[in-house]
Amino acid sequence: MSSKKIRVLVAKPGLDGHDRGAKVVARALRDAGMEVIYTGLRQTPEMIVRAAIDEAVDVIGLSILSGAHNAIFPRVMELLNAEGVDDILVVAGGIIPEDDVPMLKEVGIAEVFGPGTPLQEIVDFIQSNVKK
Amino acid sequence: MVEEKDVSESLKEWDEKVVGKTLERFPERKKEFATISGIPVKRLYSPVDTADIDYNRDVGFPGAYPFTRGVQPTMYRGRFWTMRQYSGFATAKETNERFKFLLEQGQTGLSVAFDLPTQIGYDSDHPLAQGEVGKVGVAIDSLADMEVLFDSIPLDKVSTSMTINAPASVLLAMYIVVAEKQGVPMEKLRGTVQNDILKEYAARGTYIFPPQPSMRLTTDIFRFCSEKMPLWNTISISGYHLREAGSTAVQEVAFTIADGIAYVESAIKSGLDVDAFASRLSFFFGSHSDFLEEIAKFRAARRLWARIMKERFNAKSDRSTRMRFHTQTAGCTLTAQQPDNNIVRVTMQALQAVLGGTQSLHTNSRDEALSLPTEDSVQIALRTQQIIAYESGVGDTIDPLAGSYYIEYLTNEIERLATEYIKKIDSMGGAPAAIEQGYIQKEIHAAAYAFQRAVDSGERVVVGVNKFTVKEEQSMEYLRVNPQIEREQVERLMALKQDRDGAKVEATLKALKQCAEGTENLMPYIIDAVKAYATLGEICDVLRSVFGEYKAPDIL
Repeated sequence: MSSKKIRVLVAKPGLDGHDRGAKVVARALRDAGMEVIYTGLRQTPEMIVRAAIDEAVDVIGLSILSGAHNAIFPRVMELLNAEGVDDILVVAGGIIPEDDVPMLKEVGIAEVFGPGTPLQEIVDFIQSNVKK
Repeated sequence: MVEEKDVSESLKEWDEKVVGKTLERFPERKKEFATISGIPVKRLYSPVDTADIDYNRDVGFPGAYPFTRGVQPTMYRGRFWTMRQYSGFATAKETNERFKFLLEQGQTGLSVAFDLPTQIGYDSDHPLAQGEVGKVGVAIDSLADMEVLFDSIPLDKVSTSMTINAPASVLLAMYIVVAEKQGVPMEKLRGTVQNDILKEYAARGTYIFPPQPSMRLTTDIFRFCSEKMPLWNTISISGYHLREAGSTAVQEVAFTIADGIAYVESAIKSGLDVDAFASRLSFFFGSHSDFLEEIAKFRAARRLWARIMKERFNAKSDRSTRMRFHTQTAGCTLTAQQPDNNIVRVTMQALQAVLGGTQSLHTNSRDEALSLPTEDSVQIALRTQQIIAYESGVGDTIDPLAGSYYIEYLTNEIERLATEYIKKIDSMGGAPAAIEQGYIQKEIHAAAYAFQRAVDSGERVVVGVNKFTVKEEQSMEYLRVNPQIEREQVERLMALKQDRDGAKVEATLKALKQCAEGTENLMPYIIDAVKAYATLGEICDVLRSVFGEYKAPDIL
């Protein structure tokens, strides 16, 4: 493994204020040796993609519990594509019904972590799938 | 009477002679036991642990200060708690149908869930509303939506709780006007607006304005209702969201009461007499998974609030010291794995709330870790309450666990630990200052992280998640909000803007702006704007232009 720290943007898109999961995951990634930037609440897809590029992150973690994921996640991927970004690993978490997962994976979300996921599983996934 | 000295001697004897021998042969499951809040739990509680309790001073009688045993003299012998399921989704029309379904099923009060754009004061056509319209609650843009929401529901008969905070005044104004159109005067309306902005900054996130103007909006509601709506609960000071964000039971009590203190101080500062508004303050707690700790928590919270109102704020009337509260079972304890197990969790949590003396209760549905609940799941959740009420008999005598050595000890302990927290918050300048410094958020976050670590390590068992797991396919039916809804809602909004008297809207918004710039009570101006069919977004935009918007500190 290279000595360079993995940089992660943990983002809360949409209007949802439930950030317990996002913050707990952020803390776990930091404890696992990654550099973590947390966007705070109410981020638009545009703001998230901008921050990801500006901060030169390797990973974006999106968290939504409001049910708006089908509208917002594809939009994030669309904007990343438009910017020609293909080396950022995008993962997601929240209250996301299993039926929605195939569509989200199709647009490029690498993995969707539901309630009850052990933190280590997320850390491991990122460490083995990060693109650069 | 048991002599205290005798008990401690015999306890020591039991410990040495009886327990000692057993432990040699059968060690206990764990070296140390503790509640979810981290309060150490001993093997056994006895009169030794409750020796310093003065019954009349500390426990007392239901319906009397310090209300440890309950707020009403007869509690559930008179009337069961209000069964109030939080619900709302899609458009006003669909939620209106769900309301009628719930009332037909025997629910006794309404509880409105608003979608996120409504909670943050955006109309459905706002760019940030995209994808969120009608998702976690019903979309309300104007009085026209509110008229549909309560169509054919007699507002003089039901009580309505509205989970609305930053724009609470606007939704309250809409409710008043809808009732007026039904011929029900506002002094007859019963219900609650959550109106608790401090916990939005600390945990829930649906804030709009900075703390100071927010506190003005809050106290304007206190004053308006103290004069015109004597049956209305002007605030629901909420520990629930602090708990869901990860806090312990002790923190939940401490931070909620610290918020309560801030509201009382703010109202007194604005010139209100404590006894003019304090009896209409209400509270909202979670019911988590530590059965006995939760029961003790409810008792401790009531006693602590009563003491603070009397000793700190010199409330004269006992009614001003009485903590009435709503309870919801803990959404964060529900699992996506083996979701039917959630029915059992909710049953226990609901029972705790009843044994803790709640005034109203929402039971979560089994599928809430997966999506919005289906009608079937909501019905089971409501039936759970009805079974507890009508079959279990726990409501037939008041506060039946009082006098349990452990429960009384734990009640004391939670009150003591919460008081320490409140002292610390006082020394920081009160809850608003503690939130501004990120203290409360950090405490909650640390507790949330510790909890998740304990689950991940297996130290804390969650059945079906880290023990007794099975391989399963997600097979549940779940509720999906039609994405079409958003377009329809936006079209309705466009049509409304075409049809209404534009000049009247403009005039009422202008008057509201002037009021916001001054110090007059905002409520009458908001009512005027609502009557002219000004939208929620337009009203909040006027207030944003005067008050500004809150920016959260960066806390991780």
